Amino acid sequence: MLYLFCPTCQRDCDETELSCGGQAHLIRRDHASSDKDFYKYQYERKNDKGIIFERWRHVYGCGKWFHTARCTITNQVFGSYSAKEVQPPKSILANIRRSRVDFKGWVK
Amino acid sequence: MSSRLPHEGSRINRKKTVDFRFNGKNLKGFDGDTVASALLANNELFVARSFKYHRPRGIFSAGEEEPNALMGIGEGSFFEPNIRATEVKLKQNMNVETQNHWPSLKFDFLSINNLFSRFFAAGFYYKTFMWPRAAWKYLFEPMIRRASGLGKAPVEYDEEHYEHIYHHTDVLIIGGGLAGITAAKALRDRGLSIMLCEKDCVIGGRYLEDCKSGNQERYKKLHKSSMEILKKSQDISVKLNTTVTGIFDHGFVLAYEENQHGNIASKKALWKIRAKTIILCTGAIERPLVFPDNDLPGIMLAMSVCDYLQKYGVLLGDRLVLTTNNDYSYKTVIELKHRGIDIPVVLDARASSDNPIVKEAKGLGIRILFGKCIGKVEGKRKVSAIGICSVNGEGTIEELIPCNAIAVSGGWTPNVNLWSHCGGKLVWDGECGFYKPDPENTPTGREGETNMLALGACAGVFSDYDIQDQVPRKINQLSSRLKIKSKRYIETNIFSKEPEKRTIPTFVLPHGASKDKQNKMFIDFQNDVKLSDLQLAAQEGFENVEHAKRYTTLGMATDQGKTSNINGIYVLSQSLGKPVDKIGHTTFRPPYKPIPLGLIAGQYAKKLFKPVRKTPIDKWNSLNNAIWEPVADWRRAYAYPKGKESLEETLNREVLSVRKNVGLLDSSTLGKILVKGPDAGRFLDLIYTNLMSTLIAGKCRYGIMCNEAGFVFDDGVVVRLNDQTFLCHTTSGGADRVYAWLEEWLQTEWHHLKVFIVNLTEQYSQIAVAGPKARELLQTFRSIDLSAEKLPFMNFIETNIDDIWVRIYRVSFSGELSYELAVNSNQAEELWNKLVKAGKKYKVQPYGTEALHILRAEKGFIVVGDETDGTVTPHDLGMEWIVSKKKNDFIGKKAFSLPHLNSILRKQLVGILTLDKDKVLPDGCHAVEDGKAIGHVTSTYFSPTLKRSIALGLIENGRSRKGSTLEFESSSKESTFAKIVDPNFYDPEGTKHDG
Repeated sequence: MLYLFCPTCQRDCDETELSCGGQAHLIRRDHASSDKDFYKYQYERKNDKGIIFERWRHVYGCGKWFHTARCTITNQVFGSYSAKEVQPPKSILANIRRSRVDFKGWVK
Repeated sequence: MSSRLPHEGSRINRKKTVDFRFNGKNLKGFDGDTVASALLANNELFVARSFKYHRPRGIFSAGEEEPNALMGIGEGSFFEPNIRATEVKLKQNMNVETQNHWPSLKFDFLSINNLFSRFFAAGFYYKTFMWPRAAWKYLFEPMIRRASGLGKAPVEYDEEHYEHIYHHTDVLIIGGGLAGITAAKALRDRGLSIMLCEKDCVIGGRYLEDCKSGNQERYKKLHKSSMEILKKSQDISVKLNTTVTGIFDHGFVLAYEENQHGNIASKKALWKIRAKTIILCTGAIERPLVFPDNDLPGIMLAMSVCDYLQKYGVLLGDRLVLTTNNDYSYKTVIELKHRGIDIPVVLDARASSDNPIVKEAKGLGIRILFGKCIGKVEGKRKVSAIGICSVNGEGTIEELIPCNAIAVSGGWTPNVNLWSHCGGKLVWDGECGFYKPDPENTPTGREGETNMLALGACAGVFSDYDIQDQVPRKINQLSSRLKIKSKRYIETNIFSKEPEKRTIPTFVLPHGASKDKQNKMFIDFQNDVKLSDLQLAAQEGFENVEHAKRYTTLGMATDQGKTSNINGIYVLSQSLGKPVDKIGHTTFRPPYKPIPLGLIAGQYAKKLFKPVRKTPIDKWNSLNNAIWEPVADWRRAYAYPKGKESLEETLNREVLSVRKNVGLLDSSTLGKILVKGPDAGRFLDLIYTNLMSTLIAGKCRYGIMCNEAGFVFDDGVVVRLNDQTFLCHTTSGGADRVYAWLEEWLQTEWHHLKVFIVNLTEQYSQIAVAGPKARELLQTFRSIDLSAEKLPFMNFIETNIDDIWVRIYRVSFSGELSYELAVNSNQAEELWNKLVKAGKKYKVQPYGTEALHILRAEKGFIVVGDETDGTVTPHDLGMEWIVSKKKNDFIGKKAFSLPHLNSILRKQLVGILTLDKDKVLPDGCHAVEDGKAIGHVTSTYFSPTLKRSIALGLIENGRSRKGSTLEFESSSKESTFAKIVDPNFYDPEGTKHDG
């Protein structure tokens, strides 16, 4: 059971307090977008083995959303950050590089 | 025969006898006995029938690794099946039953399976699927179903007390043996919180018996000083009777505490522990040797024989033979010999041993034969003699020795299950013949750090000298890697280095056993897996250990192969001609040992399993004969039958009272979400398909929200309380979902908007007053003017009824004149009673959810979840008008432009009138055209107002089919024909809602 840091509460939370919202940093495509972009936004999700960026909501706590970077193989967590960020902050990426030398960076 | 010695037994209190019942027989044991030790003391050697062949089995061990002695324990609501007799403390009047036999343990009908054992070889189950087809249905399946399973499921509700306990600790030490105690001592005084879990009821592990039995004063001294330190140290908390059953991500640990004190109810707790660092000191488990007839009652693991002797003063037999491949097991025969027990022979599979312990045994006059093993065991239900043979060769018997007990030892297997639960890897130790934790591939924690350290026997370190030498050093060394504050700890080793005790990795004896013998050589006792089964699996191509496991069921029983895994892997390696480390091992998974289902539920059972949400009017509803309907987590009144009314009569009465007089509905469950802030209107414009920002304060507007795919998600009336405040009503079941949906968009997409939302569903209750006489009824409370001019349709006012604040919405879900009264929940019951009282004059009738549904269906109003199923758009529902063309953006706008949502083949909402007006269509039945399903019924009722059947449905291109007749089919063979019409059956002009 994961143990994630809620940036709003400034507390570690058991996974049972949280609900996972899937891939982070999706860009919403509105009516002006192409059908293809809209399709991708609606239905295409990454399924990487290794480092992923995902959304969580502290649903049985403050109710706020946040993002985390996590390795799906070891469940190592590289930090939590605000759900308002449109891409992973530099500090998080640096944190990943420290233990994953082959990490290629965040891909949209 | 097994018996109790006149004295000795460190765990029992001989002054206190305990009576218990075993298969109806009254027996006696002592306080402190386990069920197994008490049975052995009463010469009950044969206590079980095996799973598949129903062979007689006896108690095989003294711990949680027990494969045979599974029992039904307790009675009535405290009965539990499949419990290991070796782990349960004996209690006064305890009822113990054996299982898996009929009609009795001694005369078991299915023991016939033993005679046909070659038909039940590995994979026989899968082979029964192959042919002939009919045989599976009429022969194999009924037979297998009857025979499968061990204990009987309890019949009564489990009255045991279970609870969940949460705990956080810096360090968790698992196991309170020498390694665990030394680790605790080395870690104390560093400002850490330390928890030590010990599965036994005392701390000390193996060495406890050593310090009691012999001349070993140093153990006594060490134990005394260690106990003092543990007691004094404020930073160490010790949990006894607590078995760690699973280790999960980020240092999450489950432990099962069985407090077995007291007589009837015992507390059972599930500990949910979050540990920064875990120190594994789980010791090792002895494994058996594989020899012909190695499963007869009277055969027991060597150390367990010693345990029963020292802890409970119980003797397995008075003429005992040891068969072994290692030095450790000599301890057992030495202890027995000291007590004057006859040891006719020790059969050691090795060529020789010069370890001092072997010399000591020799010195006591024990006959030791090297290079020999057991070639056969005589006896039907228990051991009566053994035949000696050479380890090499096919097992020709050289000498027959009468005996009544056999101690067996195949060496020790480090107890590595917990290491593997969360990603730790194992390495094969070829010299000793076991898997041990790989210090280079440890389980890791949240930050990728090593969060587990294995010490002592579970790491393959067996001698007390080495443990006392290594544990403090390893703790000191790893303190930085383990994120533990560094501080050196030094302990003087009180032990002296002794010559290493050795084991040879040979488990199957004799090596060249004939086919006939192989058929009686058991590897996994609990699942009846034999040597021949594993060989067959290898021969049939199941070369991967995971495949062979599933094909033969090796290690898949409730003991998870604690005693059989290594032997099984070894046999597979021999059969395939591959080295053991290339075979690998199967995956260890939680729980380490079986835990009761009730423990997982904990206190969340019965009323706490899923608490029922009740409205403030629930008391009145239950006093007035309401039939309940679950709606989301709520219970709502479905209908209020009176006297001897049938349900149909009740619904007729309730519906017609709304159409002709006035009805009252408890609609408190309706979702209510307050949306407030300068950007509230803008936000709602993005959420709903229609415009909400243009709504004037004091007015109501119906709205639909869709998801990005363009499908209807929820609906309800939005009211604007003031310039910056909206109250959005949602469906009863959708309140929490909609609230989470709004929060998600607000926090993750449109966080620049200045909006705040609150879920007020339970703060306000709501009562609908509906029917032509609704206005009259409400106006009996003089204070309010509710004329159509003062309060037009889709408007609201705030006022008081007597002294109760109410907000009255003029909305209608029935087509009649209708007022919905929002009230603070703490006054809802009072208001309801006032309305019931005032309504007497107008023959007011409370109506339930079913009447509500009939009323709305008569009007063709949709219900989200009935007319929609997550694939229905507003256009499909004939509600184009609710999708704004002016708005720049809203959720779902893009989707509405996609071709597939504009196809004429989409299913559209229509009304359905059966040609036979008394025939009510089944819910969900299909409309069929040219043999193809072209739609289905979404709501179907008998309308009391129209005195005929009505239905709503979604039909392909339905709107253009109006006036035509379609065929409807359900599971009954008969088709029904019905006409497609407009969905609004009642008052299509909408003349009634003004009253």
